[in-house]
Amino acid sequence: MQHSVSIRDLSLSFGSVSVLKDLNLDIGEGEFLVLLGSSGCGKSTLLNCIAGLLEPTGGQIFIRDRNVTWEEPKDRGIGMVFQSYALYPQMTVEKNLSFGLKVAGMAKAEIDKRVARAAEILQIGPLLKRKPSALSGGQRQRVAIGRALVRDVDVFLFDEPLSNLDAKLRSELRVEIKRLHQSLKNTMIYVTHDQIEALTLADRIAIMKSGVIQQLADPNTIYNMPRNMFVAGFIGSPSMNFLHGEIVERGGRPAFATNGVDFSLDGYAAGEALQPGRKVVLGVRPEHVKVDEDGAEEAHRATVDIEEPMGADNLLWLKHAGHSMSVRVGGARRFAPGTAVRLSFDMGLASLFDAGTEERI
Amino acid sequence: MPDPVVLKSGAEPWGAKPRRALSRRNIVLYGTLLVAALYYLLPLYVMIVTSLKGMPEIRLGNIFSPPVEITFEPWAKAWATACTGLNCDGLSRGFWNSVRITVPSTLISILVASVNGYALANWRFKGAEVFFTILIVGAFIPYQVMIYPIVIVLREMGIYGTLTGLVIVHTIFGMPILTLLFRNYFASLPEELFKAARIDGAGFWQIYGRIMLPMSMPIFVVAMILQITGIWNDFLFGVVFTRPDTYPMTVQLNNIVNSVQGVKEYNVNMAATLLTGAVPLIVYFVSGRLFVRGIAAGAVKG
Repeated sequence: MQHSVSIRDLSLSFGSVSVLKDLNLDIGEGEFLVLLGSSGCGKSTLLNCIAGLLEPTGGQIFIRDRNVTWEEPKDRGIGMVFQSYALYPQMTVEKNLSFGLKVAGMAKAEIDKRVARAAEILQIGPLLKRKPSALSGGQRQRVAIGRALVRDVDVFLFDEPLSNLDAKLRSELRVEIKRLHQSLKNTMIYVTHDQIEALTLADRIAIMKSGVIQQLADPNTIYNMPRNMFVAGFIGSPSMNFLHGEIVERGGRPAFATNGVDFSLDGYAAGEALQPGRKVVLGVRPEHVKVDEDGAEEAHRATVDIEEPMGADNLLWLKHAGHSMSVRVGGARRFAPGTAVRLSFDMGLASLFDAGTEERI
Repeated sequence: MPDPVVLKSGAEPWGAKPRRALSRRNIVLYGTLLVAALYYLLPLYVMIVTSLKGMPEIRLGNIFSPPVEITFEPWAKAWATACTGLNCDGLSRGFWNSVRITVPSTLISILVASVNGYALANWRFKGAEVFFTILIVGAFIPYQVMIYPIVIVLREMGIYGTLTGLVIVHTIFGMPILTLLFRNYFASLPEELFKAARIDGAGFWQIYGRIMLPMSMPIFVVAMILQITGIWNDFLFGVVFTRPDTYPMTVQLNNIVNSVQGVKEYNVNMAATLLTGAVPLIVYFVSGRLFVRGIAAGAVKG
């Protein structure tokens, strides 16, 4: 497969502060890649490096197999959409869209054609004569996307484009960006700290932490088979339950023991041997915890502490053997606080981490 | 719970809380403002009435009383015939000298300083910090220290005593504070606008002229007010770097008011002072409105 964007050993430091460290990343043609991480992890810095707005300290950037490391932003074949929209306030929507083309010295007829096409795709035709100050947030972001669209580029860069919008508009535009990607089939690199955006939009997600990619995989793998505890804890809301314990042997088979309570590890596909005595952390997502109301023996009995009904489902906070843990059950199943339930885990979907390295076992 | 249907004008609190116009808070507030306003306006009042009186009326000594007989002769004399040293053509000569000094100095200094500030704020070139620091230190060096060296430099260039020389001096001395002003303003504009323009392929001058400049009218107005009033009111450079026929208005005013020969013509002095102060005064009145206009509105979220 031809790579649309390739990043080789990219590093960037501001003075003594190292933001990106020997980062390597290959993005396929037409792929939607999301860079996900909390603020300060270097994801926007990486995007700015790809755009050519920041000079890397070391490494190379290839776009369509062309080394663009030293090239100006305009020559890289990229369009960029910013969080604050960054529309030119004194120009009308039409002038905002055509500014880059005019600077490039394109013929008027071609400019008009491209602006009209972008306006049609984004349904901003009626707004062309208005100034940005007369637009709503959602409309402004559409225009900002249009400004990238008219440039007819190979790669779209999005820098948290939806973070300034309210929740309803955000989910609307999210769908629209996905539709845009499906119809245009351009390569898109999308920076966000919102895991829902990442999971819904991405072909692949790169989760970053302090300038290093922690895991690069499709959303399903990221969600169900996180490579380490950082990824496991970052993705999912409410976040994964972590139980500290160790491996024990029960009846010739490995089991997980915490605070004197055993849970069989049958069904867990471990990548390496589970030696008894190894200190581990068991990670279970709230929806993979099973609760039953029929009586349980002392060890696996938990009590419902708080119930948070959310309509479609119901979030329970349980107390068990000194741990607090969250459980997601169907919206129809109601539990009064204080109810005793039997606790078990869906081990096939759980994750086991080494307590020392925090890596997945 | 009382019955919700109550009289609107009754004792029950309903709607906006009524406020008394003559509360103690209002009296203190408006009283203080009034006293402060009077304190600043009184000298102006005295100047205006005095300039409209004839000399016999002034000799009566009632400086606060309005003129019995209004005369504009002191104004005419101050403008056209008052003697300043050798010339006896009033302030008109100095007025036009001042115009020819202020206009180019203001335009050149603002133009150069705005480009400086833009480059310092947006194009972080190598050595920008050092350059900026040197410029700012320049703002703190007392003018008096530099007068003699500058006189020599201008003399060597052959423009000592000319208006060109004074324009250059004003332009240079306006640079530190204006550059600081523009740099801080451009730095406060959203950085993403600059990035978007670079992605769109605009270069140094295109971004300056087509993106930054149209968004920066408020700061240009501020810089213009600063420069026009500063240069118009300047006395020190004017007296040092010009000759009698190129004296700016302020120097001429000084020569009229401080002349030791003959009677003190208070009415002419007052009229001359008001004439000299008219330009900065008009600038304040006219530009005050431009000040408040939010031009960058809608650039970013909001």
